[in-house]
Amino acid sequence: MSGIFIGMGTCGLATGAGKVKTAVEKWAQAHSMKLPITPTGCIGYCQVEPIMDVVTDGGVRVSYSNVTPEVADFILDETLVCKNYKLDGILGQFRGPKSPLPGVPFLDEHPYFKKQVKYVLRNCGVINPESLSDYKAAGGFQGLEKALGMGQQKTADEVLKSGLRGRGGAGFPTGKKWAMALANPSDKKYLICNADEGDPGAFMDRSILEGDVFSVLEGMMIAGFAIGADEGIVYCRAEYPLAIERLIMGIDMLRKEGILGKKVGKSGFQFDIRIKKGAGAFVCGEETALMASVEGRRGMPRPRPPFPAKSGLFGKPTIINNVETLANVSHIMREGAEKFASIGTATSKGTKVFALTGKVKNTGLVEVPMGMTLREVIFDIGGGIPNGKAYKAVQIGGPSGGCIPTEHLDIQIDYETLKTVGAIMGSGGLVVMDEDTCMVDVAHFFLDFITKESCGKCIPCREGTKRLYEIVESIVSPYSKMASEEENLLRFNKIMNMEELAQVIKDTSLCALGQTAPNPVLSTLRFFKKEYEAHIYDRKCPAHQCKGLLKYEIDTNVCTGCTACARKCPTQAIVGERKKAHYIVDEKCVRCGTCADVCRFGAVKVS
Amino acid sequence: MIKIKINDRDIEAKEGTTILEAARAAGERIPTLCHIKDMFPSGACRMCVVEVKGRPALIPSCAYPVEPGLEIKTNSQRVITARRMIVQLLLASHPFDCLTCTKNGFCELQSLASEYGIDRVPFKGATRHHYTDFSSPSICREPDKCILCGRCVRICEEVQGVSAIDFTRRGFNTMVLPAFEMDLSETACVNCGQCVLACPTGALHEVRVIEKVMQVLQEGKKHVVVQAAPAIRVSLGDFFDLPAGSNVTGKVASALRRMGFKKVFDTDFSADLTIMEEGTELVHRIQEKGKLPLFTSCCPAWIKFAEINFPELLPNISTCKSPQEMLGATIKTYYAQKEGIDPKDVYVVSVMPCTAKKYEALRPELSSNGMVDVDAVVTTRQFARLIQLYGIDFKTLPEESFDAPFSTSTGSGDIFAASGGVMESALRSAYHLITGKDLAKLEFEDARGFQGVKEATVNIDGLELKIAIVNRLANARAIAELVRDGKSPYHFIEVMACPGGCAGGGGQIFGYEPERIQKRIQALYQIDKTRDVRLSYKNKPVMDLYKDFFEKPGSHKAHELLHTGYNPRTTKE
Repeated sequence: MSGIFIGMGTCGLATGAGKVKTAVEKWAQAHSMKLPITPTGCIGYCQVEPIMDVVTDGGVRVSYSNVTPEVADFILDETLVCKNYKLDGILGQFRGPKSPLPGVPFLDEHPYFKKQVKYVLRNCGVINPESLSDYKAAGGFQGLEKALGMGQQKTADEVLKSGLRGRGGAGFPTGKKWAMALANPSDKKYLICNADEGDPGAFMDRSILEGDVFSVLEGMMIAGFAIGADEGIVYCRAEYPLAIERLIMGIDMLRKEGILGKKVGKSGFQFDIRIKKGAGAFVCGEETALMASVEGRRGMPRPRPPFPAKSGLFGKPTIINNVETLANVSHIMREGAEKFASIGTATSKGTKVFALTGKVKNTGLVEVPMGMTLREVIFDIGGGIPNGKAYKAVQIGGPSGGCIPTEHLDIQIDYETLKTVGAIMGSGGLVVMDEDTCMVDVAHFFLDFITKESCGKCIPCREGTKRLYEIVESIVSPYSKMASEEENLLRFNKIMNMEELAQVIKDTSLCALGQTAPNPVLSTLRFFKKEYEAHIYDRKCPAHQCKGLLKYEIDTNVCTGCTACARKCPTQAIVGERKKAHYIVDEKCVRCGTCADVCRFGAVKVS
Repeated sequence: MIKIKINDRDIEAKEGTTILEAARAAGERIPTLCHIKDMFPSGACRMCVVEVKGRPALIPSCAYPVEPGLEIKTNSQRVITARRMIVQLLLASHPFDCLTCTKNGFCELQSLASEYGIDRVPFKGATRHHYTDFSSPSICREPDKCILCGRCVRICEEVQGVSAIDFTRRGFNTMVLPAFEMDLSETACVNCGQCVLACPTGALHEVRVIEKVMQVLQEGKKHVVVQAAPAIRVSLGDFFDLPAGSNVTGKVASALRRMGFKKVFDTDFSADLTIMEEGTELVHRIQEKGKLPLFTSCCPAWIKFAEINFPELLPNISTCKSPQEMLGATIKTYYAQKEGIDPKDVYVVSVMPCTAKKYEALRPELSSNGMVDVDAVVTTRQFARLIQLYGIDFKTLPEESFDAPFSTSTGSGDIFAASGGVMESALRSAYHLITGKDLAKLEFEDARGFQGVKEATVNIDGLELKIAIVNRLANARAIAELVRDGKSPYHFIEVMACPGGCAGGGGQIFGYEPERIQKRIQALYQIDKTRDVRLSYKNKPVMDLYKDFFEKPGSHKAHELLHTGYNPRTTKE
């Protein structure tokens, strides 16, 4: 029996999956066909959303990309009426129990998916996230059942044996964390799922919550059971409305089903989950700030020890695990530690999900085994840099991470190796930059983010990052004839102190946000010192990105005097007679670049 | 004991202590800005960082417990660089007006800048700005000078349970302000001034009135008299580097006299007066089955706290004015009449260990015949500044006594400044009122001590009296909630807002140091012990005052002048 699957995660909806769904419904009506439509989460290939899968009469599922309502009509006509499957935009057919369609490529052989290992994302984009029976059919809640049969200590041991490390960034062994909380008797314990994903460009947790919410809820129940907690809290940022909707729905269904809120089976284990919406502060992803926020206080970190496993939420033992970690737990418990441990490197087991964005051909969510090289991720899966530009760096680990240049492209992705090049695994942001990116500008951007997101508690982070930002700001600012000698001296003086300041912030800050805040500066300084020097000494931006350092000039030999630029210039900075060469008055120019855009003769030169 | 190494020295540290405590016990100096003794570490200032062998980052010693075998460096190059940088960062956004700052000479940031040899600030840039808040009659806030150590916030929230101020905004723009950036006078602030004591810089200080007092003194148009509170005599010495708890009663009197006050009175006198009134009220309420438990009313911060948070308990609060107000009212009536001075020409200054007294003096309920009972309130700190200003050499100052008719006091009046003192004095007198006999043993040990909540049962001739004594308003809140919910077993409850009572008052010499407050309390009990007369009802001038003027405790006239009422109060929302 035929049917339709449509990727309706946030990315799909944003590109028009809703309209596609309407088009499919209309088509079915027009053809008087019963065509069940199943919404799914995101399969990860966000670049080519909306994605629609057609299930043939024979039960084979074929996936198509870039589907608009018109294209949907065409695909449905071709596949369901004409039985013609090899169409433009085909991604491939799913492997399944039914005999495959001849001559149609397989989805897992598509270059984007070929090198990926779908462990934690296995259900995303495949099953209906709103159907508990679909999740159960995919093996759901077998992990919990196994855990309840094994007992608390053995469950923690199993997770420890799998080698799973926290996917939130720091990489602490999950099983070890649980064992600490288990060994700490208390009348009340909490299990918190950290879904306050705030790194710019990262959306791993959102996709998992949208596409496979039950695996996270099951993971929470397993974790809660292992540590002896009876209450779970999902701390999810309010900017994820669909994820929250799925969570509410999932918790509701599990309560009705008697899995949450009541004793499960004969085990006597009882667990309930509630949702706490975060109000958008980046620092609330830090576990002690997160707990303060849940308690209803201002989200500010506190020193550790005591660690949350000893004294956490409301002073009770608390375990905080990231969304991806918990989703992994469900699969580990079902399939056993060995299978998970067979993936990855000696110290970093399993897979890692990355949000691949920036100047790369294929953007989206990728899941790769630990130990894969950055080159494979960016060039084999990501398809390399678009528009024939050259690769420059990849920013890994969000605002706390580092930029990795070409010479280190072949390093393995694992917790330890990344540290050797001044970066961190982080939560999974991967922003690719091409030759047009200015690395000083990148540091400038991330510092701006950090200074705004610092909670303001400890001095090095609050005051230090602001000063660091001001220093970088002075580096990308134009030389001002108005500035006194003294001011120019001060600029230089500040720059001389930059590295020491960055080191002290790293050394003394209270929480991870501050301790890693100088990383964008330190890592770009390490690999792209020449760019800094060009900015500082020559007051030039080699990548032509720092507006303050650009100079717009008109090549008088090329200029025809068409006056197009002069008419468009917002500050009337361009003078010249008709049919004669024009000139730019530098003092008036605001470096908006409009003249270069409108000139049809290429006469405007940027230097 | 745990064996650790600090700066290559072998040290034995007590288990459960932090590196900071262990290092300080071993004689190592580690600077702190956000640390408050006996409170959960904040970890905000990072001044206390130390290097621990095997740890990649520097460790905040205030928050890190000692572990066997730790090797700690408190003064390595890396540590010193970090601390210097932190001070430089603070200075970069700090207004450079040290010479005209109220905290000049007492500022912790200033001394750190000096200790760490900061000769320049390499980072000039953006600063934070918020206007100076003069709205409160007691406390002035200058947020521009705030270094965001958070001590005031924690004291206000954790010790006082008031939470009038907190961190607002984010990142570099973070500031400590009342909610919604209101002015302090619009909040639930009770004017206790504990935040002022806690503040390391000049961001929080009291509203200064010494210029006004000097002007009135110099003009000579008014009959200017002064009263000094019991707590002043055991704390003023701190300012002049005397050992904590030194008794300088005689110097207080002579210093005030040298400043030109016509009469120097002792608030201890009216403490005895308060006991007569309050003791009578208590006995009356017990015998006539009046509203119980009875709360004491000496502390203006507590009164305001109750008016805001527990309006339903106002009938439980004693109607007695505080000793400061009782003496003020008596001076402007009885004394003025006796001396033949128009009460309008009498100007009463009081020296108090308290910033809330400034606000109390302005309460409209506390005036009679259109005249305020007290005209100006000077804190212990401002009094010390006045002594400096007048060029009085405190060390060589002779000891003098207070002026009649309000000079004689008893031990019961002295201990008013300690938490439990009012209770103890009241019980001494209540015993007499009920039984007509004198107590055999005057000391109520259960009522004494620095802890936040004390309770006891006292047997007065078969009458079982359950009492509670609380200091710090967070504790008062808990007790008041019990009373509100009808779960309180008590008959009589003494409340003082500040830790240890007035001895730890918000107008005392800067610094929140429990040891110093305890020394002061010990000194007060020592004064009481050495007094000939230790019972309020045996204070002859007080008895004479009743004979000449008030007739008897609780009389109509006493009610008119020595009692007051309370009104529920809302904050701006």
